[in-house]
Amino acid sequence: MFDYLTYVREGNFPHIWCSGCGHGIVLKSFIRAIDKLGIHRDEAVMVSGIGCSSRTAGYVDINTLHTTHGRAIAFATGVKFANPKLHVIVVTGDGDATAIGGNHYIHAARRNIDLTVLIYNNYIYGMTGGQVSPTTPRGARASTSPFGNIEPPFNISGLASAAGASFVARGDVYHAQKLEKLITQAIQKKGFSVVEVLSPCPTAYGRRNRMASPVTLMEWLRDNCIPVKKYEKMSEEERSGKIRTGVLIDIEKPEFTEEYRKLVDSMQVRG
Amino acid sequence: MPDRYAGRTMMMQGNQACAEGAMAAGCRFFAGYPITPSSEIAEWLALRFPEVGGKFIQMEDEIGAMGAVIGASLTGVKAMTATSGPGFSLKQENIGYAAMAEVPCVVVDVQRGGPSTGMPTLPSQMDVQQARWGAHGDHGVIALTASSAQETFEQTIRAFNLAETYMMPVLLLLDEIVGHTTERIVIPDWDTVERIDRKQPEVPPDEYLPYRCPEGLIPVLANFGTGYRYNITGLCHNETGFPTNNKQENESLVIRLTEKIVAHRNEIIRLKRMMLDDADIVIFAYGTVARSARQAVMECREQGIKAGLLEATVLWPFPTEEVYALAGSVNAFVVPELNLGQMAREVELAVRCAAPVHRLNRVDGDPITPLQILDAVKEVV
Ligand SMILES: Cc1ncc(C[n+]2csc(CCOP(=O)(O)OP(=O)(O)O)c2C)c(N)n1
Ligand code: SF4
Repeated sequence: MFDYLTYVREGNFPHIWCSGCGHGIVLKSFIRAIDKLGIHRDEAVMVSGIGCSSRTAGYVDINTLHTTHGRAIAFATGVKFANPKLHVIVVTGDGDATAIGGNHYIHAARRNIDLTVLIYNNYIYGMTGGQVSPTTPRGARASTSPFGNIEPPFNISGLASAAGASFVARGDVYHAQKLEKLITQAIQKKGFSVVEVLSPCPTAYGRRNRMASPVTLMEWLRDNCIPVKKYEKMSEEERSGKIRTGVLIDIEKPEFTEEYRKLVDSMQVRG
Repeated sequence: MPDRYAGRTMMMQGNQACAEGAMAAGCRFFAGYPITPSSEIAEWLALRFPEVGGKFIQMEDEIGAMGAVIGASLTGVKAMTATSGPGFSLKQENIGYAAMAEVPCVVVDVQRGGPSTGMPTLPSQMDVQQARWGAHGDHGVIALTASSAQETFEQTIRAFNLAETYMMPVLLLLDEIVGHTTERIVIPDWDTVERIDRKQPEVPPDEYLPYRCPEGLIPVLANFGTGYRYNITGLCHNETGFPTNNKQENESLVIRLTEKIVAHRNEIIRLKRMMLDDADIVIFAYGTVARSARQAVMECREQGIKAGLLEATVLWPFPTEEVYALAGSVNAFVVPELNLGQMAREVELAVRCAAPVHRLNRVDGDPITPLQILDAVKEVV
């Protein structure tokens, strides 16, 4: 059995998440990923925003920075730029990253700074009790869309790709082993890397949308998350309602801290 | 190799002097967002930092810039941002975070006229109360000010030293006149500059508690990446750095954040006193207005009026006791300001009705002249 205890802060358990919440599975997948990569705990920094997802930082025994709502990527930019030797991982929610923090998200992608961003997408504001989020599907109910959401949702991964991220993947907590691989690849990638993780929220989302049982939500992920290769072979009709998962973007491009280092080096040469 | 400007006398804008002061203080990280009348600070550092291995980044907004500064500081580097009114408002949530998490950094606000976009190219002192109360929640604040390019250089260094000593954001409030006026400045050899660096833990990692405060009120935060793994949060936390719901722990943290400034007020507060010994009238002034006030005092004396100047170079904590100490022996206070009386309120509170406090306010975008102050004093006499 894998020994998670080496990486967690045992004294902080039990965690705050509801039973059936997907967030703990992301935490475990992340721990297996850094273990596999052999990253030293002193050299890893987890930066989070505000939300149920962002509470992950309190449970991992690395350097952890729980910041303000939406600003984790900005704080992380400072940490990474100031000390590029550190592995900087951002954990954030769909609201944290794409509503209040949307500006930092797209600009960090454009800048292609070497951060790994794990976005727990549960289609809802979990921590504050189930208000509509930028990823809530059309028609879905939330406490602030009691008659069904009339707004179209953001595509989190698509946003990062369009803004210039060098690595973008989508995973889900039902396929936990695949998720671990995606997180591993994202951390290894030099450049701005995003893993959008579909992580169900039975309490704030499921209950309002006829999926109150965590099992139903897990089955929904099992049946609707389709690996990229298979998805590509499907007809337009078959794709309806399905979600593409796996590595969506993986390209090489200049990384911000590296480019700055080159600039500094060139100044020193000129003297 | 000594820095290219070290030990030289030059002509410089206040904003450039601020950037040079930061470099002399050991600042090696700047994150900002352009805004008049502060942009020259960012521009100067964008040019200068690569030469000394400092890091410069223009962020997507002021909120992000403040966040990046805090993140950078936690790795042990001295970090700064600079802005003006509208951007100062945007930074407030993260300034409060730095106060709560006790992360040293410097925030410069080159004041313009407000509210809102206001008067971008004209001076004001309208942010002095925002500096004290802009971030929500109770916590102590240190805010410095300066009246010339030379003083800006020196106060920027002091801002870093105070931030590193008391583990908190320190605010430097300049104004458009100081920021944009080019004047003579003497840059000392960097080796001769007094620099204070934050403490690092003396205990091994397994005995370390980030918010324990070994000497009473100020925590020792280990730089990220040095083998001390701990948690930082803006939630109420206890010595461990983890969030707490314990009422006593909440209370002692909130009180300590205020108390650490109250307890050290004497070391922080600095005042310049001019002809106060026999003064009947005390002019209380700060920033560029103090320059006019100095001239006004000379002219008063020439006309036989016993006026003196109490000039604050630290606005917060406010020198309440020092102002009160004068109140019994003088006839009146005159407080000229480029706002509608923001610090006059503090003077009134400090004086506790022991002497009348007269306000002289200007908010049309022009500076207060020595003559205006002279007239105000004469009216009081
Ligand atoms: C500036 C600010 N605005 C609002 C809030 C309240 N708030 C806390 S968490 C949250 C939403 C979190 O949703 P999400 O990021 O999707 O994370 P989840 O809880 O669903 O994991 C909000 C609006 C806050 N803490 N700070
Ligand atoms: S409210 Fe939702 S997201 Fe938050 S812990 Fe509960 S299940 Fe998870």
